[in-house]
Amino acid sequence: MKYQYTELQQELRQMAKDFAIKEIAPYFKEYDVKGEFPRELFEKYHEAGYTTMMIPEEYGGQGLGCLDCVLINEMLGQYGDVGFLASAGSGELSMMPVIIGGTQDQIQRYGDVIITGGHAAFSLTEPDSGSDAASIRTTAVRDGDYYVLNGRKCFVTSGGIADIYTVLATVDRSKGTRGITCFMIERDTPGLSVGKEEDKMGLRLSNTTDLIFDNCRVPAANRVGDEGMGFKIAMKNLDRSRPVGSIGAVSIAQAAIDHALKYAKERKTFGKPLIENQAIAFMLADMQIQCEAARNLVYRCAENIDKGIYDSEFGSIVKTFCGDMVMDVTVNAVQIFGGYGYSREYPVEKLMRDAKIFAIFEGANQIQRIVISRAMMKRDLNALKD
Amino acid sequence: MNILVCVKQVPDTTEIKIDPVTNTLIREGVPSIVNTFDGYALEIAARVRDKNGGTITILTMGPEQAKKAIKECLAVGADKGVLLSDRAFGGSDTLATSYVLSRAVRHLEGRLGCFDVVFCGKQAIDGDTGQVGPELAAHLGRPQVTYASDVEVVDGELRVKRESDEGYDIISCPTPAVVTVVKTAYEPRNPTIKGKLAANRAEIPTLTAADFEIDTSLCGLNGSPTKVKKTYTPARGGKVVKIQESDASKSAAALMAMLSDAKIL
Repeated sequence: MKYQYTELQQELRQMAKDFAIKEIAPYFKEYDVKGEFPRELFEKYHEAGYTTMMIPEEYGGQGLGCLDCVLINEMLGQYGDVGFLASAGSGELSMMPVIIGGTQDQIQRYGDVIITGGHAAFSLTEPDSGSDAASIRTTAVRDGDYYVLNGRKCFVTSGGIADIYTVLATVDRSKGTRGITCFMIERDTPGLSVGKEEDKMGLRLSNTTDLIFDNCRVPAANRVGDEGMGFKIAMKNLDRSRPVGSIGAVSIAQAAIDHALKYAKERKTFGKPLIENQAIAFMLADMQIQCEAARNLVYRCAENIDKGIYDSEFGSIVKTFCGDMVMDVTVNAVQIFGGYGYSREYPVEKLMRDAKIFAIFEGANQIQRIVISRAMMKRDLNALKD
Repeated sequence: MNILVCVKQVPDTTEIKIDPVTNTLIREGVPSIVNTFDGYALEIAARVRDKNGGTITILTMGPEQAKKAIKECLAVGADKGVLLSDRAFGGSDTLATSYVLSRAVRHLEGRLGCFDVVFCGKQAIDGDTGQVGPELAAHLGRPQVTYASDVEVVDGELRVKRESDEGYDIISCPTPAVVTVVKTAYEPRNPTIKGKLAANRAEIPTLTAADFEIDTSLCGLNGSPTKVKKTYTPARGGKVVKIQESDASKSAAALMAMLSDAKIL
């Protein structure tokens, strides 16, 4: 499909593609095997500005819109590695809540870490509270000029490499989501420790760990927004970051399609290229149809955000479609490669492993369907009476 | 340091195709890039500037779309750029090109002050003559160092690492000077988002023949002693002899002996 990118957008995409091919692609296989975040790739990535794309210029960021950011990330993921992007981009995801709900001083302090090339992590999920955010158990008890945090967080992207954390804890469990409060916490704060690192199926270049709070004393000045505002801040942050997350699925899917297409044109069976079998050609066509639809959903979602339109139902639709799409597409890419697709020597098995998380994280696709169907139930159907 | 980097927009020769009938380059659909060696020149300039302070100005001659090359340079650290564009400059060979560039340098220096260094790539990857840099130095009457792979500023003088077949020389050279650059040991820096945004906003002024003092009879086709009689793609697969003695002078002697034996010389 042909898109009407602006000249600047085209240039930014080309620049991102060149960067990914030159600086990320040669290394991701090695780090995928090791299951390690490639710190040495991060420096150049940061210098080029990819870690601070949506942070306003006044705070030292690039000041790009959501769509620009999506268009750039699409290239970085498609030609680079989406797992790397997840950890490398967590600084921005973690600073956004502070920009949304924090004071100038807090933004400045957070920016001093992120803008200068440090890492940050955003931490909401707990072992017994994933999409069910209202039941988080990490507590924050006020004690004079401090809050004392106790509890355990899990699946924290960049948890092991972060210099500063954005953490959601509850000041009053009986209040549900209205008790959730947001804090920014420096790595060296006594009582904060990093737990085990996850050995994941995919996105293995991202760093994912537990976080443990054991009587961790956090200055009250580090509270972002008022008590009980944390959930709103977190949701606003996730709403804004939704397209940036979902475009990763499009990147992986398109990469898988391109690899499968190239293979289907080159691989000969029974005297002709694979692609001349309609069964294979139609598989590829269906994969592209799915991927193109997902891409358009993400672009539209990003455009909406740039216009100030936040639509949770639509965000859930986009997220769910992308998460299901990328799994279907990558499974089929492996199928087209046949036995070679199952081999680690070829690129598509990694893409299939990377794909699975998109139906799980940021609210599992089943939860998203609850959100969508609940919104549907509220719909006014009076016009159908006749 | 007040630095000028001369760049040329060239077709990306990794994707080049020749029209089998006309024997000319098929330009359609071939992406244009900043000449690779000019990119290395800019990287050296940027490192000199980053260390010593100063400004990098980009100068290029070409049609309107050559502004894109200037913008690419702005995205990787150049501070400003000027395009030289006029019908009168069209068809210039290396002598005419270096003459136009030298007049433009003089004109720019009237406004921006003398350039301590003028950097050029050692050659363009399309024409491959390697003449424009040295000719520019001659037109300007300035010392030149060719085949530089690194430059430092020491006590106000340039200290240039000049590559040769045997190794390298370290040459010191007073400013103002012209330096032509080979591939550097380091990779040119990646463009940044900030650089791209600034380049996108930048206004690139265009200088025409009317804007500065220049003798147009020495420009373009009129001013070009080089006449292209014919272009063709050399046939491949001829007999090849490789002469590789222990050093260049011995190789040259072996070649002379071979040509002499074959009664070619």
